This record gives sequence, structure tokens and C-alpha cells, in this order.
Amino acid sequence: MNVIDIVQILDSTIRLATPLLLACLAGLFSERSGVFDIGLEGKMLVAAFFSAAVAAATGSVWLGLLAGIAASMVFALIHGIASITFRGDQLISGVAINFLAAGMTVLIAQDWFQQGSRTPALTGSARFSPIDLPLADMLSGVPILGPLYADALSGHTILVYVGLLAVPATWWILFRTRFGLRLRAVGENPAAVDTAGVSVTGLRYAAVMICGLLCGLAGAYLATGLAAGFTKDMTAGRGFIALAALIFAKWRPWYALFASLLFGFLQAVSNRYSTLDLGIVEIPNAFVLALPYILTVVILAGFVGRAIPPRAGGEPYVKER
Amino acid sequence: MTLMHKFTTAAAVTALSAGAALAEPGLIIDLGGKFDKSFNESAYTGAQRWVEETGGSYMETELASEAQREQTMRRMAERGANPVVVLGFANASTLETVAPDYPETNFVIVDMVVDQPNVQSVVFSEHQGSYLVGLMAAMASETGTVSFVGGMDVPLIRKFACGYAQGAKSVADDIEVISNMTGTTPAAWNDPVKGAELTRSQISQGSDVVFAAAGGTGVGVLQAAADEGILAIGVDSNQNYLFPGTMLTSMVKRVDNAVYDAFQSAEAGDLETGVQVKGLEDEGVAVAMDEYNADLVTEEMQAAVDEARAKIISGELEVHDYTSDDSCPALTF
Repeated sequence: MNVIDIVQILDSTIRLATPLLLACLAGLFSERSGVFDIGLEGKMLVAAFFSAAVAAATGSVWLGLLAGIAASMVFALIHGIASITFRGDQLISGVAINFLAAGMTVLIAQDWFQQGSRTPALTGSARFSPIDLPLADMLSGVPILGPLYADALSGHTILVYVGLLAVPATWWILFRTRFGLRLRAVGENPAAVDTAGVSVTGLRYAAVMICGLLCGLAGAYLATGLAAGFTKDMTAGRGFIALAALIFAKWRPWYALFASLLFGFLQAVSNRYSTLDLGIVEIPNAFVLALPYILTVVILAGFVGRAIPPRAGGEPYVKER
Repeated sequence: MTLMHKFTTAAAVTALSAGAALAEPGLIIDLGGKFDKSFNESAYTGAQRWVEETGGSYMETELASEAQREQTMRRMAERGANPVVVLGFANASTLETVAPDYPETNFVIVDMVVDQPNVQSVVFSEHQGSYLVGLMAAMASETGTVSFVGGMDVPLIRKFACGYAQGAKSVADDIEVISNMTGTTPAAWNDPVKGAELTRSQISQGSDVVFAAAGGTGVGVLQAAADEGILAIGVDSNQNYLFPGTMLTSMVKRVDNAVYDAFQSAEAGDLETGVQVKGLEDEGVAVAMDEYNADLVTEEMQAAVDEARAKIISGELEVHDYTSDDSCPALTF
């Protein structure tokens, strides 16, 4: 393994980690406010479909992106209404959203394009094209850091950088603003927030809508950044890996970046090497792919640190009378 | 809407003719979807051709999940479809249990052998077709590295990969063949994002011709190849038209003919049960040459393919079949 290999694997890591990262941050907002969300997958899927469909119909990827985000936020709103206003079971609402998205996207796609539950292949301005970061050419000559910057970090679509910037933004919002403090408080002890005269419902809705926005970005990235169009079930479980990453990250933004990159890295490595030869032992591909889940279980079991979810998570808030 | 129309018409006709000897054929489209531009679509095309030529009608349904196989098969048989055509190796174990319960109904399974008196098993010599496209890939490659992206990691797909590697190595011994599988679950047939990522990974390892045998995932592979400007080879259906200019060829597997023949012989009442092997000889597998890839195929390539094809048919050249002993001399998995 030489520097070029490593750079290429890191390049692939960033591509694979971005949808996980965006979905993971989406889940972070929602769950920090006390609303569990296993509907990340469904929201990504519906965003992937609408972004690709609108981009295909209008030829503009930006309109597609907006449509994808809007669709994802509508689904987030459904989740909010079911689990905040009507105090339904948050897990069941999430499952319902996943089913609804899986069925609805295919149905609409078939009716709209008649290409068997897929959108036409996107070309030209209907897709996000890679952008080069400033100075990428100049710095590529610098040993080690140069290729890392020019080949691994530069040359992705804009949504990748949006995802990376979303990490400090999330940290800042959650830990440096009044809104963030209240949002975290509402996930730990909603009664206290309510006593202070702040609307629990309002905060939770805000968190769920931010979750919808970020899932929308993740889905649009899949369909218009990585692939060129929507295909049935194209999220392929990434929403669930993002949930695992969220637990692995212990509901913290910077850890979420680390977890997503790690999971992306494992995928990139397994894509590249069918068996991983570590000199002494050969690790089969399937094991590398399963590692994210194994790590999550290990973390949950409390072997390496402890993952403590927000205390009020999963429980609808009922005002005391 | 036309589909729905057909479906309801089919249902109505069945209801009317219930009990009558005249039965309609039935087709169960497998996971991956009817318009996967590949395996399932080929079957659908065959059924449509039969409809156009005979004016007959047939029943059709599409699986939405792994769990529906048995229910769908039984439902189709109970509604009087004869024969019931199922697509793909994954149906074998289900058909094994369902077929004996409907001795009056004939079943046709594509891609797998089911040993029951009322089942026709149609298998293809994919290794032979893959050998030919491997040969072309190696001749077209400038880097000396070619690659393969498979869908779900199952023996059938390894059969493709193995034939491909043998074909490539027949051109030059030092040709490197990179092989990746998308996954180990049926979701691997529908993950174009991962298909594209695997292709990029292979390109970064030097590959400049990629062969996709991965159902819906293959679309991502072909797209990535077109984006990065390398050559790609399609599978099952003729996919040359998808990305003209970067599609070297397609390894066509005439699933459409299998379905057409099954429908046709059922109408005539002479469906033969047992195993049918479709190979190069009867064009069951073939290399697609058309106006979309004419510029990419050189005369030497065409000549080499023709020669190899003739040798395989005559038995002079034997391509190893992965499924015969679960091993491949040209490629390690």
C-alpha cells in the first residue's frame, strides 16, 4: 500500500461518508430533542427520488435539490405530527415512514416516467459536478499533504463540503446558542423546559424539521451527486448505518464526523480489497462490512465507553395538569 | 396504465375461462424490477414479443420482497396460469416445495435446475458468453487491467466472473482481473451508488474495461464508467444503447427467448420439462454487436470472438464453469 492507494481510499471514504454524515447529523438533531427517528432511511429515499425526478424534469439540479429537501421535510413533518402532536410511538412512526417512502417513490416514479420505478439518467446540469477547492493545483506538488488535499479532499460535489461544514455548524448551534441549549434540555428533561415557559412542542418540531432538511441533503447527494438518477430502494440501508453511527458517536457532532468517516473508510477498504491481508491474518470482506454494526454493539454493550441516549428520548411529552 | 389494463384483462379472462382447458401463461418478475434494463427486462421483452406475435395474453406479477416468493407462486398457479415462469436462482428452493403441490401446472425456472416432473429448468452457459466479452475486454484494454462488478455474491455471478477472467487471460497471461461483488443480500441488485463506487475503486487500480453483472446495480457501474471515460460491458439485455461511446459490448443472455419459447410451447401444449441448456450454439448467450458499439469493436476483436466462439461450440476450447466445482482457475474470490 503506497501513498496513492491511501489517497484513493480516502477519496472514496469521503464520498461514502457524506450521506452517512448528513443523515447522522439529521438524527442527532431529532434525537437530541427527544424524538427518536428510525425513519432516516425513508426520508433519504424520498429526497433521493424527488431530487432526481425534478432534476430530470427541469434539467436543473438546484431545483431538484430544493424538491428533495421539501419532500424530506414533509415526511419529517408527518413524523412530527404523529409523534409530537399525537404522541404516537416514535419507532412505529419511523417504520411507517420507511415503508411509505419505499412504496411511494416506486409508484410515483413508475407513473411519472414509465421506466420501471426509476428516473431517467441525469446528465449535464441535472447533476452535481465535482468542484475543485482553491489552490488544489498549486498544492498538489507538496509531499503527502499535497495529494491528500488535491486528490482526496478536493474534487467532490458541493454537498460534500456542505456536509463537512454542517459538523461545526451543528456543534455551534447545539452548544453555543440558546436554541441549542433548550433543544438539548428538551431531550433530557422536557418538564423543566416547560416550567421555564419554553414550548416543548415548538422545539421538538424545529428539531424534526432540521432533521428533514439534512436528510433531504443526504438523499439528494445520493441521487444527484453520487449516482445519476433514482433507482428503487437506492438508499440500501444507509439510513440505518447512519443510526448506528449516531449511537457510535454518542449523539455528539464531532464524534459523528469521526464515526461517519470511520464507517465510510471501512466501506472504501472493503470495496478495494476482497480480503484484507494483515500479514498474520486474512480478514474476509464480509467482516469489514459488518464492522460498523459490530462496533456499535460493542459500544452499546458498554465495553468501550458508554453510549447514553438523551434521557427523554422516545417518550412523548405530556404536560402535567 | 397499459400494464394495469393488461393485468385486469388477464384476470378477467381467467375468471371467465376458469375450469376451461385453455390456460394463460404466467410470468413472475423477480426482485430488481421489471425495468432493470437487464435480466428481468429481458424476460418481460420476451413475454411482450409473444403477445405481439400471437395476440395472446398472460398474467404477470412482480415480487416486492424475498418473503413473497412462495405466496406469489401459489397464487399464480391457483389462478390457473400454465406454465408459471419464475426468474432467477433464488426461486429454486421455493419452487422445489411449490411444484409438487400443483401437479397439473407446469413451471419454468430460469437460471437454476429444479428436479421435479412438472418443471422445466432453463440454464444458460454464461461462462461461455462471459469468456467472449472477457476476450474483448482484454483486447480493448490499454492498461492491461480489466475488472468485474458482480451483484449478489452467489455461484451464478461467480460463473460470470470466472468466464470473464478466463477470456481475458486467454489474450495475455499477465492481464490482471479485478473482481468485486456488491454484497451478500438481495439489496446488492439495487445499489447503483455502491456499484459506481466499486467501479471508481477499480479504475483507481488501473482498470480501463469493466464488466457489470449486477442487475440494477449495473446501471451505476455503466454510469461511472461513462463518467470516468473507460469502457464498460453490459449484461443480460443489450445495454449498448445506454451509454454509446463507452459501451464496448453486452453479454446478452436470451432470457427473452426462454420466456417466449415457454409461452409458445405451452400454447401448443408441448412444453418439455427437464433441463434445457442454452449456450453459444443456439444464441442463448451472445455478444451484442450493433450500431452503438460498432466504432469500438475492431476487426481483430470481431475475428477473435468469432474464432473463440467457433472453438467453444466445436468443443475444441473448454471454458471452465464455476458452478461445476465451485472453483475458478483464473480468478480467486
